[in-house]
Amino acid sequence: MRKTYGFHGGIHPPENKHQSVRTPIADAGIPPELVIPLSQHIGAPAGVAVTIGEHVRKGQVIAEAQGFVSVPKHAPTSGTIHAIEDRLIAHPSGHLAPCIVIVPDGKDEWIECVGTPHYETLDKIELLELIRHAGVAGMGGAGFPSSVKLSIKAGTDIETLIINGTECEPYITADDVLMRERAEQIIAGAKILRYIIGPKDTLIGVEDNKPEGIAALRAAAQGSGIEIVDFPTKYPSGGEKQLIEILTGKQVPSGGLPSQVGVVCQNIGSTVAIYDAVVHGRPLISRVTTVTGNAVREPQNFQVLIGTPMRYLLEKAGYQPEKNRRLIMGGPMMGFTVPDIDVPIVKTTNCLLAPTEAELPTPPPAQACIRCGMCAEACPASLLPQQLFWFAQGKEFEKLEDHNLFDCIECGACSYACPSNIPLVQYYRASKAEILRLRRDHEKAEASRVRFESRQQRLEQAEAEKEAKRAARKKAAEQRAQTAGTDTEEDPIQAAIARAQARKAAQQTGAEEGELEKLEKAVVSSRKRLDTATAKLEQAKSEGSDLVDALQTGVDKTRAKLAAAEQALADHQQTRTQGSVGDKPPADAARAAIEKAMAKRQAEAALSPAEKARADLAKLRQRLQKTEETLARGKANGDEEKVIVALESTVVRLKEKISDAEEQLQAAEDA
Amino acid sequence: MALMRLTSPHAHGPMSTQRVMQYVLLATVPGIIVLTYFFGFGTLVNIVWGCIVAVACESLALKLRRRPLGFYLKDCSALVTAFLLCIALPPYSPWWLIAVGIASAILLAKQLYGGLGYNPFNPAMAGYVILLISFPVQMTSWAPPLGTAGDPPGVWQALQACFSPGLYDGVTMATPLDVLKQNNSLLIEDLWLQNPQFGTFGGLGWEWVNLAFLAGGAWLLYQRIFTWHAPVAMLASLSLLSAIFYDGGSSASGGSPLFHLFSGATMFGAFFIVTDPVTSAVSLRGRLIYGALIGVLVYVIRVRGNYPDAIAFAVLIMNFAAPFIDYYTQPRTYGHSGNRGGK
Repeated sequence: MRKTYGFHGGIHPPENKHQSVRTPIADAGIPPELVIPLSQHIGAPAGVAVTIGEHVRKGQVIAEAQGFVSVPKHAPTSGTIHAIEDRLIAHPSGHLAPCIVIVPDGKDEWIECVGTPHYETLDKIELLELIRHAGVAGMGGAGFPSSVKLSIKAGTDIETLIINGTECEPYITADDVLMRERAEQIIAGAKILRYIIGPKDTLIGVEDNKPEGIAALRAAAQGSGIEIVDFPTKYPSGGEKQLIEILTGKQVPSGGLPSQVGVVCQNIGSTVAIYDAVVHGRPLISRVTTVTGNAVREPQNFQVLIGTPMRYLLEKAGYQPEKNRRLIMGGPMMGFTVPDIDVPIVKTTNCLLAPTEAELPTPPPAQACIRCGMCAEACPASLLPQQLFWFAQGKEFEKLEDHNLFDCIECGACSYACPSNIPLVQYYRASKAEILRLRRDHEKAEASRVRFESRQQRLEQAEAEKEAKRAARKKAAEQRAQTAGTDTEEDPIQAAIARAQARKAAQQTGAEEGELEKLEKAVVSSRKRLDTATAKLEQAKSEGSDLVDALQTGVDKTRAKLAAAEQALADHQQTRTQGSVGDKPPADAARAAIEKAMAKRQAEAALSPAEKARADLAKLRQRLQKTEETLARGKANGDEEKVIVALESTVVRLKEKISDAEEQLQAAEDA
Repeated sequence: MALMRLTSPHAHGPMSTQRVMQYVLLATVPGIIVLTYFFGFGTLVNIVWGCIVAVACESLALKLRRRPLGFYLKDCSALVTAFLLCIALPPYSPWWLIAVGIASAILLAKQLYGGLGYNPFNPAMAGYVILLISFPVQMTSWAPPLGTAGDPPGVWQALQACFSPGLYDGVTMATPLDVLKQNNSLLIEDLWLQNPQFGTFGGLGWEWVNLAFLAGGAWLLYQRIFTWHAPVAMLASLSLLSAIFYDGGSSASGGSPLFHLFSGATMFGAFFIVTDPVTSAVSLRGRLIYGALIGVLVYVIRVRGNYPDAIAFAVLIMNFAAPFIDYYTQPRTYGHSGNRGGK
């Protein structure tokens, strides 16, 4: 029997787990529509890899991972891509996010899956790649891509691999039923993880309120060297940091990773997903979700396809909407209320909790804090919640950070224990967001300060150089004047006068010829440039290069210039003939130019507001395109992050401006 | 129907502030019964009249501060203040004494600072000290316990004593702590034999009163209304000091540990006053220090000071120090090394 350790604080809320474990895992089937959000996890969203109307098979990649902390998305069943659009997703903010909508064809045809039952034939890197390609992300909490979590920095000594089967949140039984029904798969998955990580010990930590799961795991783990450790039930022992302390007695340093104390954690659901990915070659396209609460008639666990609308699943469990006022994704301690019943199930949806008002009553108004300290007794991070609350109310951000606000795991134990019903966690969340915003602002201000100062320095330096050159020139001139003065007396002045006279004469006779020549030259060179640009464009088109658009605008521009040059030439010739006919002095060419400019102004002024707006919009669009090109180039070249960020913000700003301009245009047209 | 949007946690524990206060009120009942048994109905009359004044003062303050009456009155904190102050007052106190004390406690010590949760000083003890300094005669006239001066007064006499103080001519008697304080020639043993106020191990009657409050306090501890740290530390430091200075029971002795634990307001103070959450230290280590220092002050004032009992003064002095203690006793946060106090 392994020694377990305690952790500070914790609470014992009513477990309410028995309701949903009376029946085995049921298959939820295929809903009429699947909505797969491109981002279901921490990290970059996936990039769309299908087109509307395309037929996909079950398990086919429909969105590619982008970046290291990202995983691809797969079609949960066979069907047709119906839409790629923004939909409401399961997120506390209730915002819209890009989703791929699939209408299933009901055939449920798999792609060809190639499993690797003898995973020992692959090396760790290949296995990690396999897991990443299968889209496995943490299925308990934040949904961190598993492959990233398993990529341990070289040289880190991992002593303990922990499979987290704690499931300390009330109501949720998704991991519990997995342990009861798929203990062999969990153990097989744990073996794969052990092979990847190479720890001394592999432990599966389970709270002692799941005796059936523990027994099943112990039976399956016979002779495998994997140890099932049970410990007293207490919320939040399933928190990664708390579980590590329970099993190893070690605390993860503040702001650090578990690997720093030689531990790697994985969730039970993810372990099964990794087993499926490696042994059967199946991507993560479904999960076990608990549907429970007194507003459903038959609380139970479902094997449900990712992307299934919550309404479909709830109805399978006998949902009674009239009894349900808030729908929670996750448990009653850390889950969040979903904005709408039609949002899709994602990889992190471990539970749908539909409580009645009597079951989880609306919180009454908060009373005064009496500093009873029950929150401090409950806090698993050994914080002083009442003190943090006090500072949060006064927006004393420095004090908050000094009292380690950022070590708060938002488990909700303090709010649960508070006799005055103060929504403590809400205060901490708001304060954290505010502090992060201030930090960002500060960084931004710091960057612009540095930028400004270096620019200032550069200008000063340039000025100083100029000044030095000027001084040197002056000195040289003085010297020259001295030597000249002694040598050739009046000659230079005479010569200069003579030169000036000659120039004037030449100008008067040849001014018109010169002007004409210049214009003709401009036409010729423009034409030449247009020819080369067109040739390049043709080549790019034939090669299918990305630069076609850019080149096209280039060609258009050159063409416009040519037209302008030709126009100018024609104008000039016309004025010359007019001049010869009407005997006008050549100085009138300048007047004509002025008149032309004035006419142009007038024409511009005469433009209707709509036309003006349209012109503005076109200009803005051009700028946006240019900036985006620069950005793409910068990204491709791996430019400094600062530059990229600046460019990105420019793009955003331009987009805003464009939308403003569009609005104006709209308004102008309406008018 | 639109779904409700709330942030986590969605579940809430069974404890409420109202319930905490009600538990405290309930836990004083055994002490009140024993007080009534030994000293007559004086304390009960005190409490009834005190509660009426307390609710009136609280309502007035809330009205002036434009706060909803029902919401704030239902937290029962005014009643707790009234109960605690009235238990501490001598039985058969005149109505105006009680009214002044309660008004000072509720209006000055609590509502002026912003009401429940914002008061730096224990309201009941602040009210008590204001009375003690202003009306020392009335505040030090305790009724004789049962078995020393005939039967204690009945309900009618108690009401008379309270509401027409001029008509009632009550008997008073020095308390055991008074007797010990005045003593400068007798050995403890002789003192014990010559004075009827002493009981088996504490003051006569007082030992039972203290035991009853100890029982009430133990029940509150069992209900997890407060932690053991502050009361245990206070009782421990009080016992330790009295053991060190017992001096073999000589005429200069400060009294035995048992005597100190079971005389005067020791247990009442330890479990009902020191544990007041609002005005005490919050961290567990802080509570140990806070309680221990109160014990030291109680002993010093009892034995060396001008007043026979010292709970109120000791608690108020330590109320000053509570934020300071808290600052230096912050617990070590998960994942941090070393205690962080005093940074």
